[in-house]
Parts: sequence; structure tokens; C-alpha cells
Amino acid sequence: MEATVIRTGTEGKTWGGGNEPLKASYGKMMMWFFIVSDALTFSGFLAAYGFSRFKFIDSWPIADEVFNHFPFLHGVDAPMYYVAFMTFILIFSSVTMVLAVDAGHHMKKGKVTLYMFLTIIGGAIFVGSQAWEWKNFIKGEYGAVTTNGGNILQFVDADGKRVAIADFVAELPVTRVANQRNNGIWFTENETVSEYTIEEVKAGFAANENILVRTKIFDENGEKTILSREESISKLNAEAIGVVQGANLTENEYGPPLFADFFFFITGFHGFHVLSGVIINIIIFFNVILGTYERRGSYEMVEKVGLYWHFVDLVWVFVFTFFYLV
Amino acid sequence: MAHSTTHHHESNTKRIWFVFALLSVVTIVEVILGIIKPDFLVDTTFLAMKLLNWIFIILTIYKAYYIAWAFMHLEGESKGLRRAVVWSSIFLISYLMFILLTEGDYIFDVYKNGQVAWDF
Repeated sequence: MEATVIRTGTEGKTWGGGNEPLKASYGKMMMWFFIVSDALTFSGFLAAYGFSRFKFIDSWPIADEVFNHFPFLHGVDAPMYYVAFMTFILIFSSVTMVLAVDAGHHMKKGKVTLYMFLTIIGGAIFVGSQAWEWKNFIKGEYGAVTTNGGNILQFVDADGKRVAIADFVAELPVTRVANQRNNGIWFTENETVSEYTIEEVKAGFAANENILVRTKIFDENGEKTILSREESISKLNAEAIGVVQGANLTENEYGPPLFADFFFFITGFHGFHVLSGVIINIIIFFNVILGTYERRGSYEMVEKVGLYWHFVDLVWVFVFTFFYLV
Repeated sequence: MAHSTTHHHESNTKRIWFVFALLSVVTIVEVILGIIKPDFLVDTTFLAMKLLNWIFIILTIYKAYYIAWAFMHLEGESKGLRRAVVWSSIFLISYLMFILLTEGDYIFDVYKNGQVAWDF
């Protein structure tokens, strides 16, 4: 055995081995590597969002009009409150996480268990809230008309308040059904047919004198331009080609299609991070209960998932600002 | 692990709750500003951006600082790790934002003033 022992004369020195670079353990350092690279991924998404927003700076949707729902307050205009609630949930679950890390430093198993549990609950509430937000966004509220140029036209009454298409649309005896597989031999799929046809919207618009068209272009006061009755009619007859309710990846009733794309991708990517964070937290939670870290003599694992969890919170702070506030 | 035996950890629950209060207050301020949108802040621009948006972005960075320093415990890490994390991110992200936002603004100008018809 003697022959295998190599003495380099560097033991205890910088390059003698057994050191922790930057005084951080391997696991923690790798978690930081991951966090920095993931932060750059999110920055890429948010910067691309900024790019598109600057490109359509005069026609981007107003976030307060898009995200104005609150549970049990149907039809009430409540901008920001729900997303503020979600932000609090996430910040608070960050607090319980850091309390768990703190308790872990003092080897208090009971406290770590409790705080980890609260963190998991907070994360689950957040993911659920995001799903609800997505549901409202996809379902839509008022509906809009799409134009040849890929723009949308929304409808307002004389006071400038939004009017839903369903409220003024005319009933026409045309029934168009989506093609199904059994209608044709070679037929495979078809777009879903919107609830109302463009003819019904045009007829309903002509019959209701007090409804006006609102374009997505900002006027000099920073509000969306509302056309006069004559302009509205000519615009609708000349350009309108379809009806859109809610949002998907190719069109939405709020504004440029890119707005919905970025909403789905950025909040979806973040929501996926929260979901995986919750799953990782659950695994660590059970390890805490089973006493794995008690036997190991260190709760550093809790610290590492804590870093990830705080990072998810950190990203949300930026998503919140750039999607809902700015 | 060597880590837990060599370091003695003070309990800093007090600081955690302080940071939580701070983050909450900042978020509430943001939400209130976002709802009332004071005319003065919306109408005044600084470097081509509304004062209100500057306030939002500065408050966001302020919050990010506290999350990273207190919750992610960057304040207790070695200087080298802290700088590697913070400055790498800041330089790369600033560069990315600068390039993309400048380009986005340029394309907006082309659409608006150039001979490109995109609303037909």
C-alpha cells in the first residue's frame, strides 16, 4: 500500500486538494451555476418580450384591461389585485423557505418540517392561481374582430366602456359547422368555428347605433383610439374578416398575437419552474421527515433547494414588473 | 460535512422577517402606483421612458437585491462567488437588453415611417 501513497508536498496548501473553491461546497456552487444560466434564459425571454413590445410600442395591450379578474367577483374590474395576491404568496413561501434553512442550521428537525410544508403549500397555491389566470386569458372576456392586416378591432359604447360581442351580435339564420373527419374522405382536421360569424357581428353593429370601434393604436393621451360611428362602419366593412374570442398562440382578442405568445411562454416557463420546485421540495420534505439529514449531520440539502426556490421568486419579481406593471 | 462544523450560524429570523416586511411594503407601493397611475409620473419622461416605469424598474431591482442578499444568502458568501454571480449576470443582461430594445425601436420606426405596408 505504501507505493500508492503519493506525497506532493502541497497538502494543506491551495492546490493540495480538499479545498472548496470560493468557500462554497460543490453542490451549492453547482446550484449557483445553474441559477445564473437559468437567469440568462429568463432574461432572453424577457428581452425578446421587450423587443416585440418596442416593435409594437403604439399598439401593445394595456395589462390592466387584460388581467382584471378576481375570484368570486365576476364582471368587476379588479386590475392587479389578483396578481398582487400571487406575488405575496410567492414572497411568503420564500420567507418560510429561508426560515426552514435557518432552522436547518440549528438542526431543528421539527421546525424544518413545518416550514418546508408551508413552502410547498404556498407553491401549490401559486401554481393553481396561475392556472386560473391562464383560464381567464384563454377564455377571453369581450371578444374582438380580426382584420386583413392581422390587427384586431374592439367595441366600446358611447362612454368608452368595453362591450362584449355577445351583447350586440345579431342572430342570422346561417349555420356553419366545423368539418369533421366523417364529412370527407381526405379530411383530417379543421379550425374550430368561432361562436359568432363576422356577418352576425357586422349586422349587430349596424343595428346598434351607440356602439363604436376601438382600434389598438394609442392616441396622444396614451389611450386606445376610438373611431367615430362613420369611421367605425367603414373600417368594419372594409377590413374585418373574422371573430376572435379569447387567446391562443396564433390570435388573441387583446392585441398583437405576440402578446399572447409571450404570456404563454414566459409565465408558462416560470410556472413550470414553480411546479418542479414544488416537486423537489416535496422530495426534500420527505427526506427531512425520514431523518436523512439528521443522520447526515447537515441540512445543506434544504439550503440548496432553498436557493432554487428563491430564484423562482426572484424571476417572478421581474415577470410581475414587465408583464403587469410597466 | 465540514461546512456545518466550521461555521457557526447565528439565528437570523429577525432579519428574515424584516426583509419580508420590506418586500411586502415595496410590492404594495408598486400595486398602488400601478392602480392610480399618478398623472405627473405618467406624463413626465426621463430618457424616453415614463417616470412611473423607471420607479417600477428601480423598485424591482431593489427587491431583487434583497431576495438575493438576504434570502439566497449572497451576503454571507465569499466575495469571489458573489461577484461571479452578480457581475456576469448584470453585464450579459444589460448587453442583451440594449441590443434587443434598440433593434425593436428601430423596427418600429421602419414600420411607421418607412415604405413598408403592414396594415392592409
